[in-house]
Amino acid sequence: MGISPTRVREMLKKELRQMLRDPKMRGALIVAPIIMLVMFGYAVNTDIRDTTTFVIDHDRTATSRELLEVFESTGYFKIVGRSDRPADLVRALDYGDAAVGIEIPVGFAADIASGQGAQVQIVVDGTDSNSATVALGYAGLIVQQFGLARAAAAGTLPGGGIDLRNRAWYNPELESRTYNVPGVIAALIMLITLLLTSMSVVREREMGTLDQLSVSPLSPTEFILGKTVPSMLVAFLDLFLVTGIAILWFGIPMRGSFLVLLPAALAFIVAGLALGLLLSSVSKTQQEAFMGMFLILLPAIILSGFFYPISSMPELFQWLTVLNPMRHFLEIIRAVFLKDAGFLDLWRQYVALTLMAVGVLWVAVVRFRGTTAS
Amino acid sequence: MNLTRLLAMSRKEAIQLRRDPRSLLMAFMLPVLLILFFGYAISFDVKNIELAVLDQSNTAPSRDLIERFESSGYFNILAYPERYADIDDLLRRGEVKLVLVIPPEFARDLAAGWPAQVQIVLDGSDANTATIAQNYATAIAARFSLEVLLRGRQVVVPAQAESRVWFNETLESRNMIVPGLVAVIMSIIAAMLTALTIAREWERGTMEQLAATPVHRLEVVIGKLLPYVAIGLFDVAIAVIAGLVIFGVPFRGNVFLLSIMTLMFLLGALSFGMFISATVKSQVLATQLALQTTYLPAILLSGFMFSISTMPVFLQVVTYAVPARYFVTVTKGIFLKGVGPSVLWAEGVAMIIFATVGLSLAIRAFKKELG
Repeated sequence: MGISPTRVREMLKKELRQMLRDPKMRGALIVAPIIMLVMFGYAVNTDIRDTTTFVIDHDRTATSRELLEVFESTGYFKIVGRSDRPADLVRALDYGDAAVGIEIPVGFAADIASGQGAQVQIVVDGTDSNSATVALGYAGLIVQQFGLARAAAAGTLPGGGIDLRNRAWYNPELESRTYNVPGVIAALIMLITLLLTSMSVVREREMGTLDQLSVSPLSPTEFILGKTVPSMLVAFLDLFLVTGIAILWFGIPMRGSFLVLLPAALAFIVAGLALGLLLSSVSKTQQEAFMGMFLILLPAIILSGFFYPISSMPELFQWLTVLNPMRHFLEIIRAVFLKDAGFLDLWRQYVALTLMAVGVLWVAVVRFRGTTAS
Repeated sequence: MNLTRLLAMSRKEAIQLRRDPRSLLMAFMLPVLLILFFGYAISFDVKNIELAVLDQSNTAPSRDLIERFESSGYFNILAYPERYADIDDLLRRGEVKLVLVIPPEFARDLAAGWPAQVQIVLDGSDANTATIAQNYATAIAARFSLEVLLRGRQVVVPAQAESRVWFNETLESRNMIVPGLVAVIMSIIAAMLTALTIAREWERGTMEQLAATPVHRLEVVIGKLLPYVAIGLFDVAIAVIAGLVIFGVPFRGNVFLLSIMTLMFLLGALSFGMFISATVKSQVLATQLALQTTYLPAILLSGFMFSISTMPVFLQVVTYAVPARYFVTVTKGIFLKGVGPSVLWAEGVAMIIFATVGLSLAIRAFKKELG
């Protein structure tokens, strides 16, 4: 059966009207993404700054106070409490009032001066192992550099060694938000596309309106077009809104070209909608589709490289991420935003995303034909 | 409230659940599957960071330094670019996260006792990995310097930090992830379980039948809730056991305390789902609301992935309305810190308030439809 433009247009109108008639639905589709981006844009901050620190200074010398000043001046640590009793440190960590404890033993200054080698105890709350690792690294370096500087000043150590210079490209201040907000955009679009279509077919089936369809002249292909195109429009609208907010509100630099981003967005949105459609065709009840969506969404977000680099995953999972459309879109959107990457830099991701969009859509159409024919 | 009617309502809901075996199976299996899957997949331990080395010195000391980067286990050398200009492509395509540049004068300066410059060029876009990579690189360079400086001399390192990690001694990220994951997954599952129950009756036209029976709205809501509370408790128990047995996560607290806290949490989260379901009459809309109000907030605002203390104040206030936040604190506290009611009482009170508010909202919202 061919595709009739008139029939598709009528179907589009009906779908759009149905989608946007309900003010609650309008809110869920248009207002909610904006609110979510603003909230989550603020939430996704992994900068280690002002780590709450509890101090026990048994030494009480000018040297020990200087060390603590160095700790605070780096901006990584913020001293929130001091005491003489180690029990208070235990309490502070137990209650979560402090994440790091510094204990300077008696004789710290004297040991540095005499060249005997001084030790400082660093205790960290390991329940948040990511920031604990970073805080431990900083603390170790601070103490070591402090000692070396002292020894060099006293002339007990020769000069020289390595002078390590760090330069961070694309994001010199190393602000985590710049990297994470594009992640929120990708997660939101993934969520919205799945939401838009995963209920569509199964609802018509549960309500019995799918049978009306089989007596109408609409072909399955036209039906799918009518279901996807309005959702695509809504998804694009949402994408523009949240991207605009990311740039204007959060000041995420857009160094690349929107022309590079658009085809990727199109492929990603189609892949998401098709996935939802497929889910909707295979589900018997809306409850089932809902759970299926849940089952797709969590891996899509967690195995995308949003929260932590794919290279840290076990190898098996690294391979699994190749099947995740969100992974590819995320790599594209981050690279275009922050690195001004072009098609040539990202061709692998484009190929993967396009293959997925076309492939899933094809399976959804075939599957849907199967359900209506029976 | 009549207990017989309430139980009859529960039984009716349970029968309905049984008739949808696929959904029921998912409700039972999903949490365990997810814990297993993500327990293996998620790791915040940053290792195998992709590194490129531009060695313009190409001498014994420069190769020694490169060797140290390689053998540290944190870096994975993937490329040896020839020219400085090649760095740009490597970083922009994301093939490597950082480049170690050793200039031609490196060995000469080192031998002469001058500061020998070494450059690290990082892909700063991933700030988190870049920060950790920078720390590792600095530590390796410092170690190297110290050995060069002290070569042949008996000098002690002037000052050193001796570090201890509490609650998660090996800094294994899995130990911190699994307890948090239990909380996050249960928050999402809870909303999913109840968000459709009332909307479904409405769409299927069974609401009128329900309205015709003498059952009170209080009995309807609580009666409907009970089977899901049972499923939820079962889910948590299985998830906790899986975490302990399969991942070897330490459990230092009190099982009884965890059970009580779980019960309170489930009551709140399930009632909230019920509230959504009673407010909107369509399953589609209920799905949207449930997903948007619980899914991403549970992941992003619960303190599971991103620490709440670094959020701006207004958002910290918002997190108090996310029940997952309390439950994450509770599971982490009981699993890893072994803390008791004296530390967790505030979370307990918050969850009781949440359960009360959720339940009364659900009951109130239900009234209109019966009338």
